[in-house]
Amino acid sequence: MYQYDKYDQKQVDARVEDFRDQVARRLSGALSEDQFKPLRLMNGLYLQLHAYMLRVAIPYGTLSGLQMHKLADIARKYDRGYAHFTTRQNIQYNWIKLDETPDILAELAQVEMHAIQTSGNCIRNISSDQYAGAAADEVADPRPWAELLRQWSSFHPEFSYLPRKFKICVIAAAEDRAAMRLHDIGIELVKRDGVLGAKIFVGGGMGRTPMIAPLIKEFVPAEDLLSFLEACLRVYNRHGRRDNIYKARIKILVHEIGIAEYARQAEEEFLHVKSLGIDPPIEEFERITAFFAPPAWEEGLSDDLDLSDPDFRLWVDQNVIAHKQPGYAIANISLKATDGIPGDASADQIDVMADLGDRYSFGELRVTHAQNIVLPHVKKSDLYALWQALDAAGLATANLDLISDIIACPGLDYCSLANARSIPLAQKITKRFADPARQRDLGELKLKISGCINACGHHHAGHIGILGVDRKGTENFQLLFGGSGAEDVSLAKIIGPGFSEDGVVDAIEKATDVYKALRTEGERFVDTYRRVGMDPFKEAIYG
Amino acid sequence: MKILTGNDLASGDVVWWTGTGWSRHVEDAIDVNEQGEGIARAEEGARRVNVPYVIEASATPEGPRPAHIKDRIRALGPTIRPDLTLKPADPAAGNWVI
Repeated sequence: MYQYDKYDQKQVDARVEDFRDQVARRLSGALSEDQFKPLRLMNGLYLQLHAYMLRVAIPYGTLSGLQMHKLADIARKYDRGYAHFTTRQNIQYNWIKLDETPDILAELAQVEMHAIQTSGNCIRNISSDQYAGAAADEVADPRPWAELLRQWSSFHPEFSYLPRKFKICVIAAAEDRAAMRLHDIGIELVKRDGVLGAKIFVGGGMGRTPMIAPLIKEFVPAEDLLSFLEACLRVYNRHGRRDNIYKARIKILVHEIGIAEYARQAEEEFLHVKSLGIDPPIEEFERITAFFAPPAWEEGLSDDLDLSDPDFRLWVDQNVIAHKQPGYAIANISLKATDGIPGDASADQIDVMADLGDRYSFGELRVTHAQNIVLPHVKKSDLYALWQALDAAGLATANLDLISDIIACPGLDYCSLANARSIPLAQKITKRFADPARQRDLGELKLKISGCINACGHHHAGHIGILGVDRKGTENFQLLFGGSGAEDVSLAKIIGPGFSEDGVVDAIEKATDVYKALRTEGERFVDTYRRVGMDPFKEAIYG
Repeated sequence: MKILTGNDLASGDVVWWTGTGWSRHVEDAIDVNEQGEGIARAEEGARRVNVPYVIEASATPEGPRPAHIKDRIRALGPTIRPDLTLKPADPAAGNWVI
């Protein structure tokens, strides 16, 4: 894992003291809320329904056991004993006190963490593949590139006041596990004739105007990547709309001027930017890459597993993924227990996961955009002991990518922007489909719930998506089918009039019945929907 | 009736105007009639509360009940964590917001 150098640490420490002074001035009355709000947002501090909420960055979803323990400490010491892992691979605390926030940031800085650029119209936390460095199908480890982008984008003076927030994702495999094309810029590392470079997609996103990022450039050599991204941002910063918040994202710019014209301007700007020499010297990139060297694998390990315990077998079948190194596996920890709160974990559970990361995964953990945790490098011979420890902590739910592995935003239970509650609906769905055999029979079915049109719950990318709306003061839920955030990316479509909370659960059950009746061998729910269209589902649901 | 709410500046807690100060319990809220905006400006200026605003509510035997679900959830707490609501002893507390 990357470790801060003196410049990183100095910047983060300085920001803590800046914010400590700003908080003191706010509490003294020297700053009004209008003056203070942009300052607190630059440090990830929102004012939500019940209290201040602090969003802490987890760069490209990677963190150490030590950092995970610190997150648990903060939940216990400054919050109410739990925290929420988000769809952007970050973590949020819901009950933060303003006057304690500088101390929290100081504690985070001790373990090389911060909340900088987790809000505001800047480049947000870089997201990536949660299996980076462990997956067999990657052409390179995306983490050194994500870290390079983190350093480039942190406090970037030209891009601190963009027209709107900006999200970048880096992956390095054909299988997209990070919803790459639903980012403002999606980067897919590829090799061409043995040379590493990147496909660049620009102008994706969810929100009220969902768009899939189109391909802007087929191949950017790795040594030009930073300059090309700088050029892409410059074109957006110059022409992105600042007069209308709803039309300010880069996806609108690309859509309005056209893909070809945007690409032309980016190319033109690139020729100028490249002359500035901002791409790092190879020595610097090698310095960064060295932090992501593979751990000291044990050689000669067996790939055999004793699966005689049926519950363990279920968990292995569903939550354990093949690793590139013989004798090792990738273990997913689901934060989606039946009747649980998607993405929430207690301080004690966070500590347990940190301990298990230290004991079984070379001290490394990952956060996924699906609000789960990954131990990326587990010896297969340790899987049974790991599963037993997870089970004892209520963390062994075997449902990865099944209907109960629901992405849900905090919704109206916490969020001041929400129109409807996401979490109670997620709980009802998990209870309706609680039978593990039933879930497994339905197979991969990605269900995603947003409590408002801002789409933090990724409903546009759900095989089944649910959007909560406010209908004359009452919660109402629109149902969408056919979305995907993976390499078969697509945007879900609304199927018809909305439902009550109970009504939408019934409608989902009817849809799964249609799927079971019509599926062919090997078809997932979304495959059947794409093949037969919406009509059979609408007929069953609306009659 | 109209009641005045906001968040405590330092703690962020949801608070309700009682006529003489701020309470964390909506039951203590009073009808501010047309005085709400003026009180809000004065209280915000005195740094006792953050982003105060006036909402519609109905009078009930248990006290004021905010008209909109969002403010009922603010008054109660998250409906999915009864251990964190302001009425934890009432198992039906979550129904209050519906």
